Amino acid sequence: MSEIAGPPRTVAVWCPDWPVTAALRSSSETDSADRPVAVLSANRVVACSHPARRAGVTRGLRRREAQARCPELMVLNRDELAEARLFEPVVAAVESLAPGVEVSRPGLAAVGARGPSRYFGSENAVIGALARELGGVVPDALIGIADGPFAAEQAARRGVIVPAGQSADFLGDLSVDTLGDPDLADLLRRLGIRRLSQFAQLPARDVLARFGPVGAWAHRQAQGRDARAIAARAPGVDFSVRLDFEPALTRVDTIAFSARTLVEDFIATLTAHGLACTCLELTLQTDNGEEAVRRWRHTGVLTAIDVLDRIRWQVEGWLHGSRGARDAALAAISQHSGPGGDAAPGAPSAGITLLRLAPLETVPTGAHQQALWGGSGAQDERACRALARVQTLLGHGSVLTAVVNGGRDPLQRTQLVAWGDDRSPARSPDEPWPGQLPSPAPTVLLDPPTPARVLDDAGRAVLVTTRGAVPMPPARLSVNGAAFVPITGWAGPWPVEEHWWHGLTGGPGGRQPAADLSVLPARRFRFQLVDLRGQAYLALCSSGPDAATPTWSIEGIYD
Amino acid sequence: VFDSEGVTASAALSQELRLAQVRPLAELVAGRLAGALPVADGLASILPDGLRRGSTVEVSGGIGTMSLVLALLAGPSEQGSWSAAVGFPLLCADAAADHGIDLSRFALVPHPGADWTTVVGALLDSLDVVAVRLPRPPARLTDVDARRLAARARQRGSVLIPIATGRRADGTGGWPTADVRLSADLAAADGSWSGIGSGHGRLQQRRLLLHANGRGAAARPRSSTVWLPDRGGATGPAESPVSAISTARISTARMSTAR
Repeated sequence: MSEIAGPPRTVAVWCPDWPVTAALRSSSETDSADRPVAVLSANRVVACSHPARRAGVTRGLRRREAQARCPELMVLNRDELAEARLFEPVVAAVESLAPGVEVSRPGLAAVGARGPSRYFGSENAVIGALARELGGVVPDALIGIADGPFAAEQAARRGVIVPAGQSADFLGDLSVDTLGDPDLADLLRRLGIRRLSQFAQLPARDVLARFGPVGAWAHRQAQGRDARAIAARAPGVDFSVRLDFEPALTRVDTIAFSARTLVEDFIATLTAHGLACTCLELTLQTDNGEEAVRRWRHTGVLTAIDVLDRIRWQVEGWLHGSRGARDAALAAISQHSGPGGDAAPGAPSAGITLLRLAPLETVPTGAHQQALWGGSGAQDERACRALARVQTLLGHGSVLTAVVNGGRDPLQRTQLVAWGDDRSPARSPDEPWPGQLPSPAPTVLLDPPTPARVLDDAGRAVLVTTRGAVPMPPARLSVNGAAFVPITGWAGPWPVEEHWWHGLTGGPGGRQPAADLSVLPARRFRFQLVDLRGQAYLALCSSGPDAATPTWSIEGIYD
Repeated sequence: VFDSEGVTASAALSQELRLAQVRPLAELVAGRLAGALPVADGLASILPDGLRRGSTVEVSGGIGTMSLVLALLAGPSEQGSWSAAVGFPLLCADAAADHGIDLSRFALVPHPGADWTTVVGALLDSLDVVAVRLPRPPARLTDVDARRLAARARQRGSVLIPIATGRRADGTGGWPTADVRLSADLAAADGSWSGIGSGHGRLQQRRLLLHANGRGAAARPRSSTVWLPDRGGATGPAESPVSAISTARISTARMSTAR
């Protein structure tokens, strides 16, 4: 051990491309082993698999760009809850070797190396034991040991052991991008600083003056003098808070909602003491005394929203992490740690009755305060809180927001997402979408469409011929069995030539020819109809191959 | 003597300065509590004072109800206000966006359930505009509920827009506490949609005759003809044949692809 107490030796476990692994598992794709995969959030690539990276896909690309570089790319949406849930067995496996695991984010966990390396004899033996534990849980995990969590993360990404005291040299060769702050890295590069060693040579005072607390913190990391000891020092005052649930709660959103005030008070108390939390311990307890303790570390400062996210992740991981991968983890753990292993992981048997937050590590914060009268941000937050409250009252999916989606008919173009879910449209509405309905759009959509009857002057059903002509103009309309109303204006027929091949194809892949090509699919035509009362409708006429038996329905109302 | 005068003068000046600093804040607070929310251009003729905060604006059920509601929500939404529609059927996202509603600040609660007053109350607490349509089957509206919700809106400075479905011809049966009542009529007996013929054209815009009456400042009945929806899906005053609203991009883009 050196004279000056440096950052403690730390083991980091890093699962490469964890968002991809999690998204693949939750999408239950089977033949995806060597397919290029990318995970997108808000239309940007956040992670991609190795084959995709080889094809030129990188983080931050738009969906279209990524698909252009790699046409066979499988695109999945990001599912953060699944990431947290599936990472739970990995954390449990690490925890079976040493207590005090810190999760930086799903996909990266760290634990102090001193205890286990004494127990196993050497750091190499620790890695061996960890690799055995993780082998049955996660297909691909890299392990590294270095001084301090930051250096350990970098070591894990390269799968190396950095000898004690050499972390600064190890970090020196790395690019400034590894600091994980794109703005700072960009600025540094423009100043001619490309390596962490160059950044580390700058005087600390000047760095603080020029880049503020965030820059100073990054500077300390670049020097290998990681300020964050693993839970080294608890703050002097007891800031920990607890919340009892009566009755016990079993849903993620209700727990997160109930904890909201507590978390805000927790952060406000810390702020009042001039402190910000960088690492916190979150404890959940059930009626039957089961407990889930997890340490959450944040690069930077944990805000109330970050804390709530972590509560959500931990609750989700604990309540629902017991399926699939958990069983393998359980088997592995109980083998190793004997009877004690049963109590640690596994889904709880009762609702959650207690939530406790304890700040393990705090840093002095700048004088950051909310605006006195609350900016527009305060209004947004109030509105979001009210909507979250209604969602809690009525259940998930009761509060919806509408998103304009890409598509040709109004029903395709309207995408409803539950409050708080990802609002990025499934298809881009900015693409041309030739053949879409002209504006204005109907204000009310009917899903499923309401049946209707449209008759001509002689009282026969109006039909559209196979050539798309209307021999007898529509004269009367009855919606859903109501009385007939004369039609004063109509436009159409506009043929709908979308997905007519559905139901035609034989094989599952859609590649085999239809069994009977003589049976043509039903043809569909759109009409706009205005009745005598001034009500306008968007109608759909679908007629069989012989055009003799049309079925009419109303898809939308121009109310 | 000069010294003391100088001191008082500078004290008065600094007080003036301080007042000048406080004034915008005071206006901000007053505006939050007592001001009015803007309305879309086409509705300015019928609601010249905008949507007064704390008021209840009833929209009578009938033709054009949904367009009128969307038009009412559009003005505040363009100014960054939050709004919600409770108990409405499936709304078309395109129509709402064309009217000018910012969809990221617009929430839908299609099925508020039996406890709909709690839901509406919670939303009135924190959102600026809440449109309500009573849940279909039972959900009778009692005077007590209506009064409670109106008081909630008044207290929090939000606007309640109920849809009166059971209103009779003599004016009874509407929302009991409405400050302003809006209703829409066809502007012409021979059909108010333009752009559509018999087998040709397409729906383009509709002329509606809007009526407003109520109590207090809105006691004088007003009527106005508007394009609702106008070309491009928004609202426009009917006097000017070409609307100033810049949704031409959408219209032309769609027209060129229409068959």
